[in-house]
Formats: sequence, C-alpha cells, structure tokens
Amino acid sequence: MSNGVEMVVKSAKTVREAHDYTGTAPFSASNKQKRAYSVRTKTLLSDWAAGAAIPVAVIVLWQLGGSAGWISPEFLPAPWSILSAFAGLAASGELLHHLGVSIGRAGLGYVIGGVLGLLFGVLTGLFRKAEYLLDPSVQVLRLVPHLAIAPLIILWFGFGEVSKVAIILSGAFFPLYINTFMGIRSVDNKLFEVARVLGFGPLQKLHRLILPAALPGILLGLRLSMAVAWIGLVVAELIGSSSGVGFLINEAKQNSNTEVIFVGIIIFAIVGKLIDSLFRVIERKLLHWRDSYQG
Amino acid sequence: MGEVMLSIAQLNKSFDTAGGQVKALHEVNLDVQQGEFITVIGPSGCGKSTLLRIVAGLDTGYTGSVTLEGQTIGGPGIDKGFIFQEHRLFPWLTVEKNIASDLPLSRQDVRQKVDELIELVKLTGFEKAYPRELSGGMAQRVAIARALLRNPKILLLDEPFGALDAFTRAHMQAVLLEIWRKNRTTMIFVTHDIDEAVFLGNRVVILEPRPGKIRKIVPVDLPYPRKKTTTSFQELRLRVLNVFEKVEELELTDGAGI
Repeated sequence: MSNGVEMVVKSAKTVREAHDYTGTAPFSASNKQKRAYSVRTKTLLSDWAAGAAIPVAVIVLWQLGGSAGWISPEFLPAPWSILSAFAGLAASGELLHHLGVSIGRAGLGYVIGGVLGLLFGVLTGLFRKAEYLLDPSVQVLRLVPHLAIAPLIILWFGFGEVSKVAIILSGAFFPLYINTFMGIRSVDNKLFEVARVLGFGPLQKLHRLILPAALPGILLGLRLSMAVAWIGLVVAELIGSSSGVGFLINEAKQNSNTEVIFVGIIIFAIVGKLIDSLFRVIERKLLHWRDSYQG
Repeated sequence: MGEVMLSIAQLNKSFDTAGGQVKALHEVNLDVQQGEFITVIGPSGCGKSTLLRIVAGLDTGYTGSVTLEGQTIGGPGIDKGFIFQEHRLFPWLTVEKNIASDLPLSRQDVRQKVDELIELVKLTGFEKAYPRELSGGMAQRVAIARALLRNPKILLLDEPFGALDAFTRAHMQAVLLEIWRKNRTTMIFVTHDIDEAVFLGNRVVILEPRPGKIRKIVPVDLPYPRKKTTTSFQELRLRVLNVFEKVEELELTDGAGI
C-alpha cells in the first residue's frame, strides 16, 4: 500500500504506546483519520492509474493500426469492431445465456472439487496416518496435467454435462488440497503448546487454533483452485459443447468470426479477474490481523 | 501462606540426545508454600526451564514426585498458568478475545472477568487491538491476563521479561508484583537476571548446571515494595551473585563452556 497510510497507522500506534505507560489510553486517532482518508483515496487512484497505463496505450495503438488498415481484420480485428460485436451479442441476450451456462458449470465443478480438496487437505493435515495413506497417491495424480485426462473423462462420461464438471473438478481439487495441507502443517508449534496449557479439547483446538492459523493457506488454495477451474472450463467447452462461452469461441472459429473469439477471450478474462478480486477482498477482510509486508 | 502448594521431591529428568543420555535435573527437592513467590535462577543449561515445564505438565518422563495440592501432575491444564518467554498470543484474535480464548465473551461472567483483568494489567482502551499493534510489554501483559482468567493455583513464568528492554522490564516487574499482591497467586518465576530474581522473590532458588541441581536457596526477607538502590537489597544481591559466581567457576573448570 502507500507510504502515507502506513505512516498514519504508525503514528497512531506510537500515540497509543506513549499512553500505555500511564495505564489508561483510549483510542484517539479520529482527527488524523480524516486526513488519512483523502490521502488514501488519492494514492489509490494513482496506483490504479499506474496499472492501467500499459493496457490503455496498447488499445490506442491497436485501434490506430486497425483504422489505418495496417492490420487485417480477419487476423486481428480492431478494438472498436470487437466492442460492437460484444454489444450485438449482449443485446441479443446470447452472451448472458452462454456466460450463465459457463459460470454454472465452473461453479459446480469448483464447489465439488473444492469441498473434496478441503476435506482431504484437512484430513491429511491433521492426521499423519491419513497423510501416509492418501498423500502419495494424490501427489502422483497431481503431477498428471488435468487436461491430459480430459479425453479419458469424455470417453467415460460422453460429451454431456457430467464430463465437463468432472474435468473442472479434477483441476480444482489439487490447489485447495495442497494449500490446506500446507496451511495446517505450518501452524506454529508453539501455539499448540499454548492450546495444551489452556486446556483446549480436540474440537476447540481445530476451531480456535488450527483453522484460523491455516486460513491464509486455505484462502490461497481457494483462489488458485478457482483459477484452475476457470481453465478447466475453457478446455471442457472447447472440446465439445453446444452452449457456454467456450462454445461461442469454437463456433466463431468455424465461421472465421474473429471478433467473437476476442469477445469470448475478453469475457473469460474479465469474469476471471472479477472473481479473483472478490477473493482478494474476502482475503483482506479475513486476514487483516496479519502483520506482513505490504510493499 | 503456610500450606504447601507445590511439592517437588527427588526429581530426576534425563533427555535422550544423539550423543546419549543427558541428565537435565538431578535430585531436585523443593516445597513451595501457597502464595509464595519463588524465583529460579541459573546459567543456561541448568534445567530451569525443564523444571518449570515439568511442573506445568508439558514435559513428562521424569522420576521422583511432583504434586500440586497433593495431586500428582498428570498433564497441562488450566490450574497451572504458564507464561512463555514470547507472548504467544493468537494473532487473529483481539486483546479481549485472546484473554477469553476458548470462553465466549458473550457470557456475563467471562465478560466481567476479562474487563477486570484488562484493568489489572493496565490495558484499558486496547480491548479491540490486535497483537501486531501491541508493544512487547503490552503483549506479555495480555498473556498474563489470559493465564489469570482461569484462576490458576500457580502461575509459572519462563523468563517472561527476557526479551524486553530495561525500562519496560522494570515496569512489568511492578505490574506483576501488584497482581501478586492483589491475587496472592503462587508464582514460580524463572529468570537469568539476578536483580530481577532478588527484586521479585520471597526465595531465590539458584541452580547449577550439568546436571541441573539446586545449589542454594536464598531467602529474601525484604519488605515489598523493594528498592534496588538500598544497601540491604545490594547485600542480598551480592550474596546471590557470590553463589552464582561459584557456580560459573565450577562450570569453567569443568571445561564445559556456556
């Protein structure tokens, strides 16, 4: 984050610490908070502008190149024609329909794969016996690129919805599994001693110590699994489907409708990014207690 | 005072290491009265932390007997409060939730006790702060409050102020003595600081290393609050230091190193 915010936070902290020796110190940083607010919005805007600079420049050059006729529209349609294709698909309701189908598939595969990954991760993380029993097999399967087993899944389940969800869940399982396992195994042993001294029972230990401490790993796993589920979705839909954004792209390819391919790609990018941002917000909300380097 | 709270008799403890068995404690005998403040001091490797961990029920596999109010110590539990050298607070919980830890703050009696303890350790205004926002001394006071919430019969402190600067340390010593004056909790306080040991304890237990055993127990019959500058304090400090130096000489002639 920004230096300004950090400085305000730090000075509020020293104020509190200074009060500390006298014993009674209420939080008193309200007058500083207002100033911090405008500083924060200003720096947020400039951070955002820095991130947008390169994409904006690329789009401008691209449009100029397209308008001047330097680039063939079949090869690389100009941003404006992609935008109008997008508007057309959106207006007909086609886009929303396909997007809905895609999100439904990805969501279902993600939830099933995620729940299984979390469950197995918690089991192997908590119990060494479960680790010895399950982890080697999971690690072997993890190293098989999940897209390589897609043909097999289609052979087994056909081209229907089941195979699509199966491809997605087989990818979504692993990141959450591994990060849950690692999250639990990286809980500070010293805190386990505290739990013993405080007389925590097994359930309290899980609920009060292990899960909160493993939460950073679990949330990272959730995010990575989402990304993999999204990739699995594209592959599942490209292999063969009659609906979804992947289908839209495939059909456009057959009709040499390059704009629509771009629309599909952009939709995948935007929705993927939105979901990822949502996870980041959740992460920040749940992990605000962490004291790590913010850059 | 008067009744024996903790009784340690013929305590022996060895550790298995790569180089064979190492004797950590040898024939340790100590009776601690109810409400007494015992400080334990000794050079590194004298087994002072091991002694404390055995009393806490964290370390087992010893011979001899260790009883708390006549009961053999079976394992760790809330009747034996333990303060580690690091505060070991749960970083995801606020100060008040750390103190309550597994008990819900929504319960009237818990809420009241937590508020009382926050006042006792002088952290009013910091109820909602997270550990990362606290200084070392403040965090250690939260840890003390967390241990006191369960009304322990005995409070075991393992070099709790070792990582603090001199000013904060003096302040924490005062806070701890005030808690002791108010609650009369029996205390065993392990330290490597002679001043601290004499300043706090009713008795100073001096351990010698390899194997760890009690060299001498020095009673400190100075009234509280003590002043470190008085001649009587300095005399006692010298007495402890004398014993301590003999221990160190012994160690050096043994060629063991520190």
